Amino acid sequence: MPQGPLVYRQRLTTRITHWIWAVCLFFLMLTGLQIFNAFPSLHVGQESGFDYDNAIFAIGAREVGGEVQGITRILGAEFDTTGVLGVSQGEVRAFPAAVTIPSKTSLATGRVIHFFFAWVLVITLALWLIASALNGHLRQLVPTLADLRALPRDLKDHARLRFHHGASYNVLQKLAYASVLFLALPLMILTGLSMSPGFNAVAPWLLDVFGGRQTARTIHFLTMLALVGFFAVHIAMILLAGPLNEMRSILTGWYRTDGGKND
Amino acid sequence: MIDRRKLLLGGAALALSGCKVFDSATANDSALRRLFASHEGLTRATQRALIGDSPAPEFTESDIRQGQRPNGSINPDGAAYRQMADTAFREYRLTVTGLVEAPVTLSLSDLTALPARTQITRHDCVEGWSCIAKWQGVPLGTVLNLAKPKVTARYAVFHCFDAIERNLSGEVFYYESIDLIDAWHPQTILAYRMNDAPLPVANGAPLRLRVERQLGYKMAKYVHTIELTDTLATLGAGKGSYWADRGYEWYAGI
Repeated sequence: MPQGPLVYRQRLTTRITHWIWAVCLFFLMLTGLQIFNAFPSLHVGQESGFDYDNAIFAIGAREVGGEVQGITRILGAEFDTTGVLGVSQGEVRAFPAAVTIPSKTSLATGRVIHFFFAWVLVITLALWLIASALNGHLRQLVPTLADLRALPRDLKDHARLRFHHGASYNVLQKLAYASVLFLALPLMILTGLSMSPGFNAVAPWLLDVFGGRQTARTIHFLTMLALVGFFAVHIAMILLAGPLNEMRSILTGWYRTDGGKND
Repeated sequence: MIDRRKLLLGGAALALSGCKVFDSATANDSALRRLFASHEGLTRATQRALIGDSPAPEFTESDIRQGQRPNGSINPDGAAYRQMADTAFREYRLTVTGLVEAPVTLSLSDLTALPARTQITRHDCVEGWSCIAKWQGVPLGTVLNLAKPKVTARYAVFHCFDAIERNLSGEVFYYESIDLIDAWHPQTILAYRMNDAPLPVANGAPLRLRVERQLGYKMAKYVHTIELTDTLATLGAGKGSYWADRGYEWYAGI
């Protein structure tokens, strides 16, 4: 446990936006799975192949010897996912009720909640980006040259679960947070907009960037998986690095540092 | 540490109970549902501000790689419709009525005699799939001009032959509406041909709407009457379309 002085590490805007985005991503993901369930396959190109196959991922169900099996197909390889994907609690549905909002099948409700939180995310992210550019917070998230030189050592320390509690983010934190804020979330927003027929008229070039509406939908889904991966590592790091100290810093801003040589 | 563990266990219990905890908040008449649904006004205003009259993307012949997937009603079974379908829709008439100076009735040959527009566009279903097809028809604006809309008209309502639902109080025929901004858009057509053949019954024969900058459910099939109106409050449950009355967005640009 760090024994050094408390430092004020997360300013108020960072703490507020952190929790707003946490709530947004929770609802966006679970309503997103609800929307996915209405057409549970992912395709590459402008359209979804019905008379030809351009699917790279599909969840389905089929009857085998009087029993309904859940089948998940990834790049042509089939897996029996009965109980989780395809068939769960005796019901034929791609993602199970436990991970969709609402729990029952309702595309209309899923869409309404999805777009509401998409707007909250877009507006708060835009405001945060402007504020952070002005108050210098952006620079705290971009790794410096010295950071990058420390990358091998930081990787080794993380792998050995030896955490340094500094007044500023370490290089892996900077890379992780910057990837989410400057890559994953903008990619989510742009691929989401590429699925909007109205927005396609506004910015048809987006379809060229992503290789068609159905590819954009696939990238939207894969980026969601990347964000889930970030969330899992994020939570693991908090638990390993000292959950009370980490929670205090994201609630009050104050963080106990190691003191001494680790700034 | 103990508090933290309790918190985590609580979270896990919440996750295991499924997402039922949010279900009551999402019922159609709840205040929370209305808050969530408020995105529609923002989405519509933003898209309208950005979109102008820019067209939906159009594609080339080589992008048509499959038939147009039919959805919703695919074979209306009303006696009058069946009889028309059996006689190549020679008895079909489109009526334009409501807030117009000169209501008109048009046969299929009247419609095909008007200047046509052909476009290869991508049809996006609200479910998530897309399909590219070639559509030929008469611009809706041309047909509305024949009937001379009154200045008070704000919406075009489409009444259809297909009973999408049967319940205790009878049949519910599909209905849909668009505002006159979309109605006058050059890509908004009443299509009677698809992929170089007469529009098939499964895709809305003899006449269906194409509103290329919105989702598939806006593009009413089996249209028999276009009614110009200044309010949608008296149509169905008041939201302006069969699906809007069932929780979907009336403005379906997203």
